[in-house]
Amino acid sequence: MTTTVSRPGVAAAAAPGTPRRARNFRARVLVPYTMLAPGIILFVLFMAAPIIYTLVLSVQKKKVTGLGLGKGSQTQVFAGLENYVNSLTDPEFGASVLRVLLYGAILIPLMLGLALLFALLLDSRRSRGGAFSRTAIFLPYAVPAVISSLLWGFLYLPGVSPLHYLADRAGLAMPSLLDPSLVTFAICNIALWGGVGFNMIVMYTSLKAVPSEIYEAARLDGCSEVQMALRIKVPIIAPSVVMTALFSIIATLQVFAEPTTLRPLANSLSTSWSPLMLVYRDAFTRNDIFSAASTSVVIAAATFAISFLFLRIVQKRAFGQEN
Amino acid sequence: MRKSFRRAAAAAVAAAALLTAGCSSGTVSDPAAANANQKVELTYWAWAPNLEKVVDIWNKANPNIHVTVNKQDGGDPAVTKLLTAIKAGSGAPDLIQAEYQKIPTLVAANALADLSATPAKETKGDFAAGVWNSVTLGGDALYAIPQDTGPMVFYYRADIFEKLGLAVPTTWDEYAADAKAIHKADPTAYLGTFSSNDAGWFTGMAQQAGASWWGIDGDAWSVKVDQEPTQKVAGYWGTLVQDGVIDNKPMYTPEWNTALNTGKQVGWLSAAWAPGVLAGNAGATAGKWKVAPMPQWDASKPSTGNWGGSSTAVTTQSKHLDAAAKFATWLNTDPAAVAALVNVAGIYPADTAGAAASLTKAPAFFSNQPDFYKVIGEAAKGVGSFTYGPNVNVAFNAYNDQFAKAAQSKQKSAFLSAVTAMQDITVGDLKKSGFTVK
Repeated sequence: MTTTVSRPGVAAAAAPGTPRRARNFRARVLVPYTMLAPGIILFVLFMAAPIIYTLVLSVQKKKVTGLGLGKGSQTQVFAGLENYVNSLTDPEFGASVLRVLLYGAILIPLMLGLALLFALLLDSRRSRGGAFSRTAIFLPYAVPAVISSLLWGFLYLPGVSPLHYLADRAGLAMPSLLDPSLVTFAICNIALWGGVGFNMIVMYTSLKAVPSEIYEAARLDGCSEVQMALRIKVPIIAPSVVMTALFSIIATLQVFAEPTTLRPLANSLSTSWSPLMLVYRDAFTRNDIFSAASTSVVIAAATFAISFLFLRIVQKRAFGQEN
Repeated sequence: MRKSFRRAAAAAVAAAALLTAGCSSGTVSDPAAANANQKVELTYWAWAPNLEKVVDIWNKANPNIHVTVNKQDGGDPAVTKLLTAIKAGSGAPDLIQAEYQKIPTLVAANALADLSATPAKETKGDFAAGVWNSVTLGGDALYAIPQDTGPMVFYYRADIFEKLGLAVPTTWDEYAADAKAIHKADPTAYLGTFSSNDAGWFTGMAQQAGASWWGIDGDAWSVKVDQEPTQKVAGYWGTLVQDGVIDNKPMYTPEWNTALNTGKQVGWLSAAWAPGVLAGNAGATAGKWKVAPMPQWDASKPSTGNWGGSSTAVTTQSKHLDAAAKFATWLNTDPAAVAALVNVAGIYPADTAGAAASLTKAPAFFSNQPDFYKVIGEAAKGVGSFTYGPNVNVAFNAYNDQFAKAAQSKQKSAFLSAVTAMQDITVGDLKKSGFTVK
């Protein structure tokens, strides 16, 4: 067997009759790594390198001499952990984290609850028009967040909203959903509208994977549809509920498109409403890429920690039967 | 089987290598020095509409200095791209369209060449003092040649003013009285709105009141936001919003467009470029609007501020400083070029003589007011001096956040504390970067 390998030195060594060690090297190292190379190269270029560059930037800062005008008056110097201290002690960052936690506390239970309810309803034997309902609930997920935020923004603005027009006609005083007290709910609503469908499909798919003998046995034992849903279906699909919860938590921590799109429409959202908006503002509005880098690292670490903690807490319950 | 696997892997590696090679290749500028008889190629990043047609006039008349316009998305993306190219050491154009408030940031990054040693310096007399100050930063250097400006004026619905028997306000006191009368006649109508989205709009009004938010003091910067002129403007608007006679919602929203169309927004304090916006956002009301000078703080000393405007700058990576400066001077001061800028690119030129000569016919939206550009031209003479600092972006962002809170609270005291917060955030950012602040 003769093969051409990319490096001529190795090709010579790989000719028939070469010592076993060389052949071993080829089989154990060269072949697998060559096959892995495309993946590794792309990963290094587009994942590892940017992450390392972010880490490098996060320990740098800008140093200005004099007026900061002209050549050489602004240099990049090592800052140690200064940016991290600033990020963690920034009251705006703390406030944005609290806002996002409140947002998640409202959104996630509602979204997963509705998704589970719809999945169970679609899966129940008595449901009609399943395919249509499934598509109708899933469709908003296909609308990009910026577009859906614009659509909802138009519906929220009292001056152009048909909802406000109808309320006015009916003689009702409808409060503006873009007021500071309600704007969190307004954003939750957009995320809910877009997110329920995706989570429902994930749960519904795992419901479909449940063997039907289990249901037949339950029915023979006189189990009602509701009992079956609560005692059989929910426990069986618990792993996929946990997975959707994890995805939702991560998505919540990274909320950006909805508040950014709604912001110019009203006075109630600041440019540092969510942690990622703060990062974006520092990097591209304030030209302070270093603070933005350190805050990004903090957010990434926190996301990782929260996901890990969440999995540790629920793992026993959800995946207990698998071990 | 194995063979084809390997070949595929090798192909993928080669593709990845090509990808990275593609990333690192950049444009290499011509290193040859400008020679009178040698042909010079200049690139120009700009976003003004149809600017390339104006540049064609130059290219026909000057075969030795050929300018290519490279269209940009707008002021912010162009600046971000330029800063990246400067940091990378190559890839910057010879010329760039730079908004006035971006000049200090670009100078701080050493992106703009000093033109004070070129004949461009002689154009000082062609521009209003306030505009010239924006391109010199109040020092001896010259960082750009002014192109267009946005002197602020007052646009109003003449039909509604007439119906209510109101006089056009000449002072801010009269503006407040008119605002009250309009809101009283129709509780859903307002003479205007206080917009927390538009920092440039508020800056223009502070400039009118005599503010200049930054200053150079030897080797130190000074920040003068939280001082009498800006406090006066913020307090004035805070009172109107608190009394409920002026709306508190941002401009440029669907709601605001609707209000302009339905006559619920009866006036707009805006700049010379407003006809284009009004024609686009409130087309149904063409012929019903009129323009008047800004309401004044002191009617005996009429003044106004700028909202928007940009200049032509030469970058530090340009190998042809003299040729680029020559083109920038021609573009912004030559009568034929300025006339083309007005007619083809639709801008309001900074060149005062050129503006007077080329702006004679009112825009179609204001066909009911033949002396439209006479009013604007008079206003442009009263643009006060204003110095921008190296962190305008931070101050403008602070305006957005702080005045959003103030407008929402509808309290005069909140408007005043927003000014203080703007000052603190701007100074804090300068100090954090290591600037000396006085």
